[in-house]
Amino acid sequence: MGYFWTLVALVAVLGLAWRYLGSYMEAVFAGRVRFLAWAERPLYWALGVDPGAEQSWSRYAGALIIFSGAAILITYTIQRVQGSLPFNPQHLGAVTPALSWNTAVSFATNTNWQNYAGETTMSYFSQMAALAVQQFVSAAVGIAVAVALVRGFARRNSPTIGNFWVDITRCIFYILLPISFLGGIIFVAQGAVQTLAGPETVHNLLDGATQVIARGPVAFMESIKQLGTNGGGYFNANGAHPFEDPTGLTNFLSYALVLSIPFSLTYTFGKIVGNLRQGLALLAAMVIIFGTWVGFSSYAESQPNPAVAAAHVVTQPAGNIEGKEVRFGPMPTTLYDIASTQTSTGSVSGANDSFNPMGGFGLITGMMLGEVTPGGVGSGLYTILLFAIVTVFIGGLMIGRTPEYLGKKVQAKEMKLAAFGVLVMPVTVLVLTGIAVSVHAGRAAIGNGGPHGFTEILYAYVSQTNNNGSAFAGLSGNTAFYNVTGGIAMLLGRFAIIVPSLALAGALATKGTVASNIGTFRTDTPLFVGLLIGVILIIGGLTFFPAVSLGPVVEQLSKGLF
Amino acid sequence: MTAVPAAVPPPQSAPALGKGVAQARSLFDPEILVMAASGSVKKLSPRVQVKNPVMFVVLVGTVITLLEAIAHPSLFSWSITVWLFLTVLFANFAEAMAEGRGKAQADTLRRMRAETLARRLSPSGGEERVPASALSKGDLVVCEAGDLIPSDGEITEGIASVDESAITGESAPVIRESGGDRSAVTGGTKVLSDRIVVRITAERGHTFIDRMIGLVEGANRQKTPNEIALTILLSTLTLVFLPVVVVLQPFGRFSDMLSHSHGAVDVVTLIALLVCLIPTTIGALLSAIGIAGMDRLVQRNVLAMSGRAVEAAGDVQTLLLDKTGTITLGNRMATRFVPVGGHSEQEVAEAAQLASLADETPEGRSIVVLAKQRFQIRERDLGEKPSFVPFSALTRMSGIDIGDRQVRKGAAEAVRKWAGALGGTVPPDLNDVVDALARSGSTPLVVADGPAVLGVIELKDVVKEGIRERFDHLRAVGIRTVMITGDNPLTAAAIAQEAGVDDYLAEATPERKMELIKAEQAGGKLVAMMGDGTNDAPALAQADVGVAMNTGTTAAKEAGNMVDLDSNPTKLIDVVEVGKQLLITRGALTTFSIANDVAKYFAIIPALFAAIYPQLNKLNVMGLHSPTSAVLSAVIFNALVIIALIPLALRGVKWRPTSAASILRRNVWIYGVGGVIVPFIFIKLIDLFLTATGWY
Repeated sequence: MGYFWTLVALVAVLGLAWRYLGSYMEAVFAGRVRFLAWAERPLYWALGVDPGAEQSWSRYAGALIIFSGAAILITYTIQRVQGSLPFNPQHLGAVTPALSWNTAVSFATNTNWQNYAGETTMSYFSQMAALAVQQFVSAAVGIAVAVALVRGFARRNSPTIGNFWVDITRCIFYILLPISFLGGIIFVAQGAVQTLAGPETVHNLLDGATQVIARGPVAFMESIKQLGTNGGGYFNANGAHPFEDPTGLTNFLSYALVLSIPFSLTYTFGKIVGNLRQGLALLAAMVIIFGTWVGFSSYAESQPNPAVAAAHVVTQPAGNIEGKEVRFGPMPTTLYDIASTQTSTGSVSGANDSFNPMGGFGLITGMMLGEVTPGGVGSGLYTILLFAIVTVFIGGLMIGRTPEYLGKKVQAKEMKLAAFGVLVMPVTVLVLTGIAVSVHAGRAAIGNGGPHGFTEILYAYVSQTNNNGSAFAGLSGNTAFYNVTGGIAMLLGRFAIIVPSLALAGALATKGTVASNIGTFRTDTPLFVGLLIGVILIIGGLTFFPAVSLGPVVEQLSKGLF
Repeated sequence: MTAVPAAVPPPQSAPALGKGVAQARSLFDPEILVMAASGSVKKLSPRVQVKNPVMFVVLVGTVITLLEAIAHPSLFSWSITVWLFLTVLFANFAEAMAEGRGKAQADTLRRMRAETLARRLSPSGGEERVPASALSKGDLVVCEAGDLIPSDGEITEGIASVDESAITGESAPVIRESGGDRSAVTGGTKVLSDRIVVRITAERGHTFIDRMIGLVEGANRQKTPNEIALTILLSTLTLVFLPVVVVLQPFGRFSDMLSHSHGAVDVVTLIALLVCLIPTTIGALLSAIGIAGMDRLVQRNVLAMSGRAVEAAGDVQTLLLDKTGTITLGNRMATRFVPVGGHSEQEVAEAAQLASLADETPEGRSIVVLAKQRFQIRERDLGEKPSFVPFSALTRMSGIDIGDRQVRKGAAEAVRKWAGALGGTVPPDLNDVVDALARSGSTPLVVADGPAVLGVIELKDVVKEGIRERFDHLRAVGIRTVMITGDNPLTAAAIAQEAGVDDYLAEATPERKMELIKAEQAGGKLVAMMGDGTNDAPALAQADVGVAMNTGTTAAKEAGNMVDLDSNPTKLIDVVEVGKQLLITRGALTTFSIANDVAKYFAIIPALFAAIYPQLNKLNVMGLHSPTSAVLSAVIFNALVIIALIPLALRGVKWRPTSAASILRRNVWIYGVGGVIVPFIFIKLIDLFLTATGWY
């Protein structure tokens, strides 16, 4: 299947997902899907939750923090004691405290930044009970926050925004489990590994060498890794490992799964607020930026690799093949990695480090825009809604009305929360990068000199703060310094946006709505889409322009290209 | 009446107050410019500066560059320091300009408040002279022709003509009388005739003029909700640019190590970058925009009691307008003579004119005018001395008796009975004509010459010229107009149709008005209304924008959040316009300010890292001469753009009544796209100029 037809098929699949998965998710969160009610009830009973009782935003946020805190603690503990736990055929010992902390935070925040090689660090039990479980629940947390914020817009004079426990339970039972189960079957059918048996030792009869081939319960983890925009692969090579991504079909399934929930949530949003055009507008903004980045990076990677060209050894008719997944070719690899960086997934099918400077620029800037195009599951929607609030504030003023979005007046409180939520990411990234380049522990970890070395550090914090998890490679991140500061980046990038988003949901829910008419700033028009894109690009551009110019931009200029 | 001589009007009342507060000053009135220039220095006090977070950062930056310039003097560091300081001064100047216009008006008002002697009635019935400032709420004072009314109050007895030009600028005297809706008087206005007793309703220092002074001066100006929200956005942006710029120091040092270049990031350039990036343009002009908005209302003779009300005016979606005086001219006018029973139109006109000769009501006069226009019927020699029959509520007719001839006009039922009593017969088509006219919203007056019923005069509420177009404009921007009238639904419907309002409330009572406002608000709409009577007070208080007429009662004025000194109901439309303009100006300048950053980055980033990565000079798309000239050009542009935009901030961005989408599209192009392009051009021009001087 050619690259063009791959794209056509992807658009078709995502179009169907947008329409049907989008409306299905609305039905799930409205409580109209109940076929697993028999399984929900005992769970609520065990948790001591009254599924009919709704929570105020502060109780919702409190429940979320307690839940995520517990998740971090459990994940940390399992790694620390994995040596005494079952399903450990390789008899792997405890993971170090700094790495356990980083990994626990990483998986509980839906980041999946991995400072380890899975096959040589984590036991099967840790992979399944610690990591894969978090891949479900952290995705559910993100989606729950998005739904709660959307409820805030849709409700009038309501003190509550839903019930956290019910939202995540329904999300896992009705959305994540069924889809990832079906996806996992396909992965298994296509040859992805799914076994509890230990590694296989193989003797190569040709050269007499002995090879140990790692295995494990991979296929089903692969499915939720993509669906939940987690990105944490079983193996160190992630999606570039044939046991994770065996065929062209699973490669296609990988991007389809990654993009389906983030895009479809815009439909869910439109349906909950009672105006599908509003959801379409957000979708349009996401698609336009995403499409532009795919086009830009595909072009950049279709160009020869400057380092290879300088060696005058080979011609490069297919563009930059260095570091690409050669089974699928440079273009699908580029698409896979762009999809993964712009959805806060972070799984990779190639070496990001080996992208051409402008291709790497495409990867890092995709994250710098705040992971909203379409962003991670839930997090993409709630973050783009914060951008939308900033947009209507400026745009609304320009038509001579105090700003409103979806009938809700945007006043000082909403502005404060939205501005905070939008700007916490760039500030965290820049400050932590500033610290890293100032201390020896930070500087010592880089793998390359020149601007590329700077990009490695910047990329690490951009990726972790955006809960993306993709690595630029080159950086030796498994040090106490990077494990600890990375953990801080991931926590801030997650909860310093979630809490303001929930507070915003609470503030909006208590408000009444104002009537809209011809004098209102319409937020379902191409003009709004253009403005929203402008605000996303300008905020991303203004905050990261100097940093990027010291990294990929100067690297590209040094190569005499542009 | 005691023999106390009338108080001599104090000389202070002599200055030309003829224009009231509403005198428009030119934007660059030299007096205000001088005042603003000194004000901009006074505002340098850190206590004032800290209220504006954006400009405070600039001030702190200036201090740092100053220290740096002293430690390592260079033409560059001193130039940057001076221009950063000028940036702060320019921001102060903008605010001082806006305030200066208000201050000039306040001075005029203060002269009016000058000490007058009041004649206070003591409980025993005697009269004592006390200074006006000694009056307290509830005191009774006497004012006679020539007296200045010492404070705000309500007339408890008497009627007088009052010169209110000091406040309204309107030179024609107005009548004020006890009881009813015209009993309020304002301190500082002058009694021209008769004697009134006034009960003081304002506490010392809280009179209407005191409040006006405070308002136009902006002394107790509170930030409005939208201004606070915008300040939060601007402060957050400023806070974000702080780390963006600060980390460039370690980033630069690290890059220097990586590239082995021995370059360094210059602190002065970093500060310059910070100041250029933070939204100084809007930060400098924000308060000026707010003050100027209030000032524009004052120029239209509307006093807003709070900036919040002005903002709300921009959001208004429903306008409640009184029919009389706003939509119609206020009086019914004769528009047609309709003959009945085979009589001619001219017969009707002649009889109607006769019957109205002595009728001094506007309706009566309009009949005479119409008869003249249609048939050139002028005043005639009536032969015998006529006797006029005035209108009475009992007969419901008026007319004239000339000898034996009796001509009457009046309500259909009354005239029919009267003619019948004289032995006349009522023409069969009369009923149809009368009904048809009533149905179309007109008032039919039947004319009879003795027993002969001649025809009908159509009296119509005449809709003001051009009002229909104004309503069309309002509709285009999404504002619904609702006409409020005491008329019956039939009449109301007809006038509503003719005037082009969206809806009407007939047989309106204060309660029904209130219900309407609440219903609109429950639907999420913001409502504006105008009123004058005490019974309007609750509705004025309930409305989001309540404009009280200055002629109205104290209760109404206190309930509303604006007072229209001209008492002109059409003002409501102006108020909405000013509110919208205020918000648009804020949004436009914010957009412009942020859009400017793109060009500044392209000017400063290559210059900042020139020593570390000379390759970055490819980003110098403007081809600026040298790193120092590039940075300085950006800083100079950043400062001068504030001065250049002061007129826009004070006048407000132009507003045209079109749909939100087209306004937005226009402003995005001008201030968004324009805001990206303009600085590229001007920074290049400034750089060319600096290069030409040969210093950089």
